Amino acid sequence: MKGNEAIAEAAIRANCRHFFGYPITPQTEISAYMAKRMPKIGGTFLQAESEVAAINMVYGAAGAGVRAMTSSSSPGISLKAEGLSYIAGADLPCVVVNIVRAGPGLGGIQPAQSDYFQAVKGGGHGDYKMIVLAPSSIQETVDSTFDAFDLADKYRMPVMILGDGMLGQMMEPISFPDSADRPTYDKDWATTGTKNKRRANVINSLYIQPEELEQVIWAREEKYREIEKTEVKYESEGLGDADVVVVAYGTTARVVKAAVKAAADEGIKVGLIRPVTLWPFPSEIIAKTAKNVKAMLSVEMSTGQMVEDIRLAANGACPVAFYGRTGGVIPTPDGILEQIRRMVI
Amino acid sequence: MEIVFQRPKALADVPFHYCSGCSHGIVHRLVAEVIDELDIAGDTIGVAPVGCSVFAYNYFNVDMQQAAHGRAPAVATGVKRANPDNIVFTYQGDGDLAAIGTAETVHAAARGENITVIFINNAIYGMTGGQMAPTTLVGQVTQTSPYGRKIEAQGYPIRMSEMLATLEGPSFIKRCSVDSVKNINDTKNAIKKAFQNQMDKKGFSMVEILSTCPTNWGLSPVESLGWLRENMIPHYPLGVYKDIDGGEKV
Repeated sequence: MKGNEAIAEAAIRANCRHFFGYPITPQTEISAYMAKRMPKIGGTFLQAESEVAAINMVYGAAGAGVRAMTSSSSPGISLKAEGLSYIAGADLPCVVVNIVRAGPGLGGIQPAQSDYFQAVKGGGHGDYKMIVLAPSSIQETVDSTFDAFDLADKYRMPVMILGDGMLGQMMEPISFPDSADRPTYDKDWATTGTKNKRRANVINSLYIQPEELEQVIWAREEKYREIEKTEVKYESEGLGDADVVVVAYGTTARVVKAAVKAAADEGIKVGLIRPVTLWPFPSEIIAKTAKNVKAMLSVEMSTGQMVEDIRLAANGACPVAFYGRTGGVIPTPDGILEQIRRMVI
Repeated sequence: MEIVFQRPKALADVPFHYCSGCSHGIVHRLVAEVIDELDIAGDTIGVAPVGCSVFAYNYFNVDMQQAAHGRAPAVATGVKRANPDNIVFTYQGDGDLAAIGTAETVHAAARGENITVIFINNAIYGMTGGQMAPTTLVGQVTQTSPYGRKIEAQGYPIRMSEMLATLEGPSFIKRCSVDSVKNINDTKNAIKKAFQNQMDKKGFSMVEILSTCPTNWGLSPVESLGWLRENMIPHYPLGVYKDIDGGEKV
């Protein structure tokens, strides 16, 4: 199945029945799939008048207690930033897919990872976080979609699936997890109508008194600290005796794996850390690894964004180099191998 | 003793923050009376805007969502699509509905989204201290049109009811005013019809209500009512602009 369609089908199987979108390359297949499937299963597919409207429809539906989702690509996510901030500020669960393309501006439609900062550092205004999942295969994309809805409901916050044009368009065989095994979440805070039986529920992010707002924000930070402790996911290989460890996620990690294997064949002791959650970031394993290696290398389809978080985690314990291609260019195994070789000279 | 007048149940027992002579209090009460009379409080979800009525979520005794500036119709769409049996209304001012949220307003109307929109038109931005609104009249002095709104610099005010009435989606669009007892009663009837239409699944309804903002107009409450009659009503004629039930139009 194509990556984009796999995300859409996984969302439906994870009991999402409300999808609001707006066309943009290279994620349009998600909307097209939803448009076809949702009416047949009693769900809602709505093509909004803008990305701004789509994310606000998600806000309304999520606030009303249903699993809601939108998807877009980089320029569209910039437009959704306002809504994401409000969703985070109102503690609403939702899933947002960003099939990243090259930027800035209209950029290009080829794969990129240049929205890392926007995804993990905010994008919208205010003190908030999103859980950011960065799958690197179609199967992992499916699993991430199920996880995204569960994490969103569990922590009442937006969860982003950060893919790229390559993952969205690529085809791989997949199997779908059974949604019956997943937990369910009580949403007694949702605006479903009081039925004259309870006090009115309010979905809101406005607190006029600074002390009150500060308290709300710090309480949310506590939730974020808990997530950093419990929800970090990464894959690693060859860390035991590595001289050099490469860090990469998503599509880039697939290319890096080929380069790491080629380097190993040349006798270079090289390992890999592949963050699956970009926030929470696998800082702990990076900090630990940095103490035992000669150097680390961040490979990204950007001019260097995740590398800053790696350096923060490494905290000077080893040099952290960067290699990247950007603008829609995918790094090659040879290009990465060349970098790895340079680091062990 | 017989009770002849009391606070509607759908209105929370808290003091409004609105200025003296502001129309929001009247319109809040009308909406709450309609919710009571239609006995829909338990199924109603209101969407509050950004603007003076942002705190509407504290004032209506029903489930509420607060929306980003201008996005109330999109938020209401999400709420309605999630639970179509609920009654969903937005309460928005002119800056919210006719400037920053124009696209959301037009497209919710065009879709015939089955929601009720209460539109307060007082020709000024109230919350931020009296700036020019999309509905500010030509010549009207505001903080950001200190020499009066000039056509060559700021263009013309938008008549939303007329504009939306050109669409096929809306079921009912009426412009009312709360400047007199007669017009207040008329406004209440229009609000009631706008909610009833939604209950009858007729689609998008909007009631535009010409309102006063004495504080930012720099007039007393009584002078404001006169200013509304003399200046706003001629530019924004009252009446029905769309009614799929065949009511008489302007």
